[in-house]
Amino acid sequence: MRIGLFIPCYMNELYPGISMATLEVLERLGLDVDYPLAQTCCGQPMANSGCTKDLKELALRFLRIFKDYDYVVGPSGSCVAMVRSHYAQFIEGEPGFDRLKERTLELCEFLHDVIRVEKFDVSFPYKVGLHNSCHGHRDLRLASPSELHIPCYNKLENLLRKIDGLELVTPQRPDECCGFGGTFAVTEKDVSVAMGNDRIADHLSAGAEVMTGADVSCLMHMDGLIRRQGKPLRVMHMAQILNGEAPDGAS
Amino acid sequence: MGHPENAREFTRDIERTHWHDQALWFVREKRDRAARSVPEWEELRDQAARIKWHTMAHLDRYLEQFEANAKAKGIQVHWAKDAEAHNRIVLRILQDHQVTRLVKSKSMLTEECGLNPVLEQNGIEVVDTDLGERIVQLRHEHPSHIVLPAIHLKKEDVSDTFHEHLHTEKGNNDPTYLTRAARAHLREKFLAAEAGLTGVNFGISETGGVVVCTNEGNADLGAGLPRLHIASMGIEKMLPRLQDLAVFTRLLARSATGQPITSYTSHFHGPVEGGEMHIILVDNGRSTLLGDPTYRKALHCIRCGACINTCPVYRRSGGHSYGYTIPGPIGSTLGAFKDRKANRTLPYASTLCGSCTCVCPAQIDLHQQLYDHRQEIVKAGLLDRKKETTLNLAGWLFKHPKLLELGGKVLRKLVPRLPRPLVYNRFNPWGEARELPEMPAKSFKELYRERKGRQP
Repeated sequence: MRIGLFIPCYMNELYPGISMATLEVLERLGLDVDYPLAQTCCGQPMANSGCTKDLKELALRFLRIFKDYDYVVGPSGSCVAMVRSHYAQFIEGEPGFDRLKERTLELCEFLHDVIRVEKFDVSFPYKVGLHNSCHGHRDLRLASPSELHIPCYNKLENLLRKIDGLELVTPQRPDECCGFGGTFAVTEKDVSVAMGNDRIADHLSAGAEVMTGADVSCLMHMDGLIRRQGKPLRVMHMAQILNGEAPDGAS
Repeated sequence: MGHPENAREFTRDIERTHWHDQALWFVREKRDRAARSVPEWEELRDQAARIKWHTMAHLDRYLEQFEANAKAKGIQVHWAKDAEAHNRIVLRILQDHQVTRLVKSKSMLTEECGLNPVLEQNGIEVVDTDLGERIVQLRHEHPSHIVLPAIHLKKEDVSDTFHEHLHTEKGNNDPTYLTRAARAHLREKFLAAEAGLTGVNFGISETGGVVVCTNEGNADLGAGLPRLHIASMGIEKMLPRLQDLAVFTRLLARSATGQPITSYTSHFHGPVEGGEMHIILVDNGRSTLLGDPTYRKALHCIRCGACINTCPVYRRSGGHSYGYTIPGPIGSTLGAFKDRKANRTLPYASTLCGSCTCVCPAQIDLHQQLYDHRQEIVKAGLLDRKKETTLNLAGWLFKHPKLLELGGKVLRKLVPRLPRPLVYNRFNPWGEARELPEMPAKSFKELYRERKGRQP
């Protein structure tokens, strides 16, 4: 099984550590992972703002780069959702697209549904609050949205439960948006900041020492707020925890 | 002013923002409990959506059947193609009966049509009799929510308003005291009114009757006490059969407020003895919406307000920040469809979190509609020029990975060396309340290449 590693553009530039953690988690499971260097951006920031004139080209580029892998795996629910839910508008019917769409998976989803990991051989002795990022949550259905009356499940929590020492804490609002929202974070910055601060407060009152999630963009937004205000909460991506890393600043 | 500016104003009082958010989240949680009390909840939503699809596909037929059945019951039926026609018809009916005092129950449609000022200019006293609507009417405001019109106000605000207009004790904030004062005040208005106007929640094609849902019974008093009852109804309120109504009454109150059913679900099937009943069927852009494959599902809306209660942006910016009759996700899509230019910031007043779509009892694809509106706004050249230029530049850069890589490298090296005021200033809206990510020395691509090089 050959896996194409899909690293969101801003993660490549700003979060090489989380990107590397993603690669290492996959390799540690004995998987054959290739990172195609020609990849750039899936187009999500432009598409979410309505600026779609370059989208067809970006989508075709993505298809060309990734179409021959058995699976395409990325550590970002929203970028994966871009490919799975929104590319059809631009490249529906292109040879290989249907297959690509089915085989492009978010990291945790891939580990949970395809590899079906039984146990991660790492420990993480911290209280962890899970932030369910919206696109992964309601679009990719990584967990059951709280609005729906369907059987409850949460793939991310299932993975975290396979880690020694990790204690999951439960915020009062299980899946409220953090207010990142791409350009929303800037154009509607006041509401965005209010939303982010509310999520942080919710995790803190639940007793979380570490907040985690499957989308770096949301975490980047909340980490920016946490660091500005000096709040006692550390932010880590799921890949880092699954890779056995300790929180920054921990011994 | 667009939504961001209004929202900035709203969030300035962060305590009040929290209070507003929590008040509405309380309603959302009540809704969740009510929805979970119905095992077949998701099937009900499916069924509701299918009934709406069917009804909208045959709306012409159902409307004509409705008209015939209503007429057979002695109801006079009028057709209004737009807001102006609606207001003209209401005014004419009232003038024909020399009405000078009208009581109204909740009707977002008459808000949409701007009815009250038209009647008032013609010497007719209009009293909104829904408690929340009466409060905002006394304050010369618009409803900030379609189900909870005065949700933006605290009991202290209501006390001040009632003291000023109803002469209640100054500073008495006791909700029971205030409610009783409102009831006494409204009773007089009901008894003096010569006509009552109600909205319509559902029109039943096979019976020709209309159904109005309230918690206060004010529609019943307004429709039953005076001799003249006018019901204003958007054409999308149509349901084919009485049995279809059951699906919607089970969904409506649970979605709206978490109640199993509204206190009053009143069926009107003709005039009171010796009186007249009129139904005005209003289009006002609805048939244009019906003809649009991308947005027509917005006509499924039963005005429960669930998408508004769940919207994290609404809860933290308030209904008035939208500047449109209906706030929240459903208002943003309806508003943008109606007047794209005037409402161009509304589709962006969302993180596209999708909670609205999941909560909607009629399965309207709300966040997808907002996503689609954004493309139309850009195509129409209505996006903020600066934002569009930046995004287009980004799009171009992403097609040129070598340049992108170079740009990233420069940024990573440069930013940490710059003095803080050069990074955090008014040109950096991200940094107003947030730190930027810490700039790593190398990109993942660089690390990956090095790692590859090291491997045998």
